[in-house]
Amino acid sequence: MLTYIFRRLLFLPVVLFALALMVFSLSMLLTPTQRLAVYCPDPSYMKGGVEQAKALVELYGLDDPFLVQLGRWLGNVIRGNLGWSESTSMPVGQALLALFPATAELGLLAMLPIVLGAIWFGTKAAIHHNGVIDHSIRVFTILGWSFPTYVFGLIALMIFYGWLDWLPSGRLSHWATMEVASEAFRSYTGMNILDAILNGNGRVLLDALRHMVLPVITLAYVWWAGMVRIMRSSMLETLRQDYVTTARAKGLPERVVHNRHARRNALLPVTTIAGIIVAQLMGGLVITEMIFDYHGLGQFAARAAQNLDFPAVLGFALYFALILVVMNLVVDVLYAFLDPRVRLE
Amino acid sequence: MKTFKYMLRNPLSLTGTLLLLFFIMIASLAPVLTEQLPYQVTPYQMPRDGFWQRPQDPSSEHLLGTTQGQYDIFYGLVWGTRTAFKIGLGVVAMGAVFGTLIGSIAAFYGGLLDEILMRVVDVFMSFPFLIAAMVITTILGKGLYQMMIALASFGWMGYARLIRSEILRIKEMDYIQAARAGGVGDVRLILKHILPNSLFPVLVQATMNTGSMVLSAAALSFLGVGTEVGYADWGQLISLARNWIVGTGGNPFAYWYTIVYPGLAIFLFVLAWNLVGDALRDILDPRLRGASHV
Repeated sequence: MLTYIFRRLLFLPVVLFALALMVFSLSMLLTPTQRLAVYCPDPSYMKGGVEQAKALVELYGLDDPFLVQLGRWLGNVIRGNLGWSESTSMPVGQALLALFPATAELGLLAMLPIVLGAIWFGTKAAIHHNGVIDHSIRVFTILGWSFPTYVFGLIALMIFYGWLDWLPSGRLSHWATMEVASEAFRSYTGMNILDAILNGNGRVLLDALRHMVLPVITLAYVWWAGMVRIMRSSMLETLRQDYVTTARAKGLPERVVHNRHARRNALLPVTTIAGIIVAQLMGGLVITEMIFDYHGLGQFAARAAQNLDFPAVLGFALYFALILVVMNLVVDVLYAFLDPRVRLE
Repeated sequence: MKTFKYMLRNPLSLTGTLLLLFFIMIASLAPVLTEQLPYQVTPYQMPRDGFWQRPQDPSSEHLLGTTQGQYDIFYGLVWGTRTAFKIGLGVVAMGAVFGTLIGSIAAFYGGLLDEILMRVVDVFMSFPFLIAAMVITTILGKGLYQMMIALASFGWMGYARLIRSEILRIKEMDYIQAARAGGVGDVRLILKHILPNSLFPVLVQATMNTGSMVLSAAALSFLGVGTEVGYADWGQLISLARNWIVGTGGNPFAYWYTIVYPGLAIFLFVLAWNLVGDALRDILDPRLRGASHV
């Protein structure tokens, strides 16, 4: 097991290097003047007009050969310097770190209903294969799969915020934001819910949860559909296996056969897909945060893209790719842990 | 023929097929269904009735109302159907052709080349799709074609992997050995003997992808990095509706038509492709064939 993880970790820098190379090559599609912002830590240098810009291109070597620039950029990235973001008026690296907890909180919270709901509904659909329950779940998932996140989110906002006024948008109410920022409230993780629990502050906890309901449902509904389908077909496959028949022949009750024998093995493909879903969830996060005015990485990236803030967009892409690679590693290790056949290879 | 019969017998795929036919009809009849004004440079540019921000309720003049900036919603939906077909089919075609090319080369030549190409695929796959597309449109700039290129450049890896595994399977079959023994060259062998037999899974994948590409394209437009302002595109209509979803003080649903109609159009379009793709996959999978009526 340890060798397996070790082997995977050895491969990690290679993937990361390739990712960095790709992000950099993309940025090289821009003209030297456009790229000036990537290397320019202080935006006030940019105000000097064409002459100043030309001088800066010269100064920062933006006309240098590809490899020279690549080396310099990689050096900067390794030292954590991702450039200056005009749209947020702070260094990109700093913005990414500051906003990460909010996005992680939303993403993790959304994974809960997706995974648990998918396991439960997928099992139900498979057990009642071709029955009414199966058909309803199947239709429901196809509908969900075709429903655009942004439309779902906007309509949810229209009903629960505009009409009923039950659930607000944003991340916290104004008073709660003040409370979180105050001296008395200690920030442990930057995730509001976790911090509120650690501080024993019930009011902030409730407020944070209230703000989370709509984004989480919006994120979950669409991806939930895909996950249910995987779980369903995997469970169907497993139920056809000989060992399930054996379990039944032994006289075990159906419930035990389903829950303890079949479901465990049916979970394996779901683990792999969960990794992929996490990747797609990241795209969904951008949209969801935009709709609900949730101050996180996704909103940061979308604003940066709208304002053509290249350093921020590229830094964000690199950062998310890194998270994704690490996430895939975790999923693979988990998979090897769950399935002894993989471990032995 | 069998496939065709199956599609019509199954209620879900029948719905999908009918929906698709409906959209094809709308797209081809677009010039008849809407009125073009003499000053329009291209019919894809939605005409505006004034420059007001506030949307206008449906009326005899504007069948489904106007959205922010007085763009006619009906006009946008009708011409947006063409845009959706362009995006869906165009992006999938680009992705499928490129992916098939890479996958074929990797599978056929194997060895180091295969290893390198597949690692490249891995790297492309480690970017979250929508974010990658967002980055590229940021760099290329707004516009329909830029957006299509962005979507296609991160939408080919699935095909490459699929075609590679198909070819690896087929390559070992006897008839290929026979063709080789008969002196058939590499290119001819790939094009005439291997590819035709591995294309059906690609077709299924492509059908399933068409809907999701339209979803992603609309998402890009929603985020403001998609088509130019005023271009007849469903995603753009939704992004124009964003400021109006809370309605007015007394009536929270005052501007419901700005979001519901474009939302419905995207939903039905994607649903149609998903239903058809789902049916095609069931037909392809021999384990499911004939096993059930769904």
